[in-house]
Amino acid sequence: MDSRVASAPRAEEVALENMLLVSSSPHIRSNESVQRIMLDVIIALTPAIIGSVYFFGINALKLILISIASSMFFEAIIQKLFGKPITIDDFSAIITGILIAFNLPASAPWWLPIMGSAFAIIVVKQFFGGLGSNFMNPALAARAMLLTSWPIHMSTFTGTRPDVMSAATPLAIMKFGMSADGTASATVESATSASQAAGAELPTLWNLFIGNNPGAIGETSILLLLIGAAYLIIRQVIDWKIPVAYIGSTLAMLMILGVESQFIPYHILSGGLILGAFYMATDYASSPVTSKGRIVFGIGAGILTAIIRVNGGYPEGVSYSILLMNITVPLIEKLTAPKKFGEVK
Amino acid sequence: MKLKDLTFRGGVAVSDNKGLTKDLLIEPAEDPSMVMIALHQHTGAPCEAVVQAGDEVKVGQVIGQSQAFVSAPVHSSVSGTVKEIVSMAIPTGLTVECVVIESDGKNTMDESIKPNGGLEDLSPEELIEIIKEAGITGMGGAGFPAHVKFSPPAEKKIDTILINGAECEPYLTADHRLMVEEPDKIVFGLKVIMKAVGVDKGVIGVEVNKPDAIKALKEASRDEENISIVPLKVKYPQGDEKRLIDVILGRQVPSGGLPMDVGAVVSNISTTRAIAEAVMDGKPLYERVVTITGQGVKNPRNLVVKVGTPFKDIIEQCGGFNEGSPGKILMGGPMMGISQYSIDVPVIKGTGGILVMTEEEAKPEPLQPCIRCGKCLEVCPVYLQPIYLSNYALKGDFDKAEALHALDCVECGACSYQCPSKRPLVESIRLAKREIIAKRNKTN
Ligand code: SF4
Ligand code: SF4
Repeated sequence: MDSRVASAPRAEEVALENMLLVSSSPHIRSNESVQRIMLDVIIALTPAIIGSVYFFGINALKLILISIASSMFFEAIIQKLFGKPITIDDFSAIITGILIAFNLPASAPWWLPIMGSAFAIIVVKQFFGGLGSNFMNPALAARAMLLTSWPIHMSTFTGTRPDVMSAATPLAIMKFGMSADGTASATVESATSASQAAGAELPTLWNLFIGNNPGAIGETSILLLLIGAAYLIIRQVIDWKIPVAYIGSTLAMLMILGVESQFIPYHILSGGLILGAFYMATDYASSPVTSKGRIVFGIGAGILTAIIRVNGGYPEGVSYSILLMNITVPLIEKLTAPKKFGEVK
Repeated sequence: MKLKDLTFRGGVAVSDNKGLTKDLLIEPAEDPSMVMIALHQHTGAPCEAVVQAGDEVKVGQVIGQSQAFVSAPVHSSVSGTVKEIVSMAIPTGLTVECVVIESDGKNTMDESIKPNGGLEDLSPEELIEIIKEAGITGMGGAGFPAHVKFSPPAEKKIDTILINGAECEPYLTADHRLMVEEPDKIVFGLKVIMKAVGVDKGVIGVEVNKPDAIKALKEASRDEENISIVPLKVKYPQGDEKRLIDVILGRQVPSGGLPMDVGAVVSNISTTRAIAEAVMDGKPLYERVVTITGQGVKNPRNLVVKVGTPFKDIIEQCGGFNEGSPGKILMGGPMMGISQYSIDVPVIKGTGGILVMTEEEAKPEPLQPCIRCGKCLEVCPVYLQPIYLSNYALKGDFDKAEALHALDCVECGACSYQCPSKRPLVESIRLAKREIIAKRNKTN
């Protein structure tokens, strides 16, 4: 078609003009995509998935698969009902599914993740407008809902060896196992934890680090979670600011609250702190978009986590802290709006 | 001057695609048989035609002029006969008066074109007059008349002239080739500007992906104590004027301000070379180097093209379109280029490149909802919040967009480029800017 253009008869020129796409710049886009980002998160979670099956057995795998399947199912169904395009191919429901399962004890009944995903996807995500519009982290909101509705199921933790039917998490041991008034707590969850915790011993730090200790199925292996987190940071899917500010301020606040220094490593390495800081607090939709805001958000969550763990009725404080901070995001963003280049001082 | 870390906060890594033309010598384009020379191809007042249909004109003869200070004359790029003066579309998207000249193929030069003598013999005032008479405007985009830039008000103390050799737009290599092939002219042009503005420090900033250009310029400036060549990190939009000043001088041009507010004057490579030629040879700006490139054109080239040549002629000289029909044709690069309705538009002084994209490349990518990843904020070189600006713009809430500094957006497109959801960020911010400016003009 080389010479045709110049010598083309008028009609063909008109045809060319109709074919030319006219739009506003830029005319190229990076190859980043929502799918790619979500896929990266799934890749990052994979070591921890494998670890959870290794430590907690086949029931963990069952819960994870049920959770993923039901999340995708609810997403598709509700979008169909709302007459919206079905977007399960953006993989975000898979992540929600994995994270819900990660927050369950390995002994949880099969229907628990279904309840959790129904709540997470239908109420928290889709009622508020779907991907990107949920102001709370769906998986964490689901965890909070499940904990309120089925406290026993949610806090009966099994050990990592098959012969141990029920065990106390290190946080529960620290909270109740060593305090005389542990059984006086008001909630069922803490009562369960407390009765398990009585007389139990803390696992070694090494076992905590690799994940060989009681807890929710996805939260125990710090090593595997950190491998995934490193991948996400290298791929620039998540910003280091939230997790670093979060963990740093939890540490600082625990010290301020007078927690003995020998217990501090247990606080960092057990419970949902690492999972929460790297995988839940960094949820795009429910965390600030501003750079400074992310630091403020992380610090806020850290302070709350430490306070709940030390002074609250629950042994664990990660989910509530993040959920509380989720609500403050619009405010944080307002206060931390970046200063534009060349701002006249 | 900052010597290390010559880069800025924000910005994006873009694959530069310069390989298509970066090693191709600049060649003259074939002479056009007909040119359409726009009377308003710069920022400022339009020119009035000083010729009429039937007139004979020569190369370099003034054909349009304005009495306004902020304006630049236009010259004929061929010798021949003026056919008509008509309104037509030019690649900026505007429809303006154009002088249509049929070439006689002889390229007879106008008598007024003669060398101006050595730089030592010319005063700053004379230099500025030469630059003004030569019709030189910023050839990197905005087309601001050069003599205006070089005549800052007395209270603005200028201490440095920066030459912008970043050429950070992907695909374009016109400036790159000029630096490699005509480094002496660039250095001479810089010396002209330094003398005209009365400054004894000149810096040429070049992105490090053009090592041959850096080497050539260093060689050409080895005897010049006051001129330094500074390598810059490759990052888009490194060549944005305000980024360049920040990177090289460590000074932030205040919001709404001009480079002269921080003591700098910036000129681009093509402009600097045109200035050198205006002083050395008395040559007005009637031709320029254009990179014709992209996957949609058969033989990408760097050509010296006469102002007024239709895009169509030049594309034909590059072998025409590749198989399949072209998807998009741009004046400029893919990040900030202007998309064209037709290839009948003429080259203007600001045409640094013609990019032909294939249908496949031009296909818009599917939109997804914003996932609030914050990447648009991370890449904005002005530290704006593109996601919110764009949300307000799309809702028609232009006051809120203004409060978030929409007018500071330099329209670099980094935000839209990076967005994983392919949101139309700069596209909508641009709309907000237009509305805000329209409203301001109304109330004033
Ligand atoms: S880059 Fe796109 S998806 Fe991410 S916050 Fe900005 S607009 Fe939203
Ligand atoms: S908001 Fe404007 S200045 Fe910022 S990245 Fe987008 S286009 Fe560039």
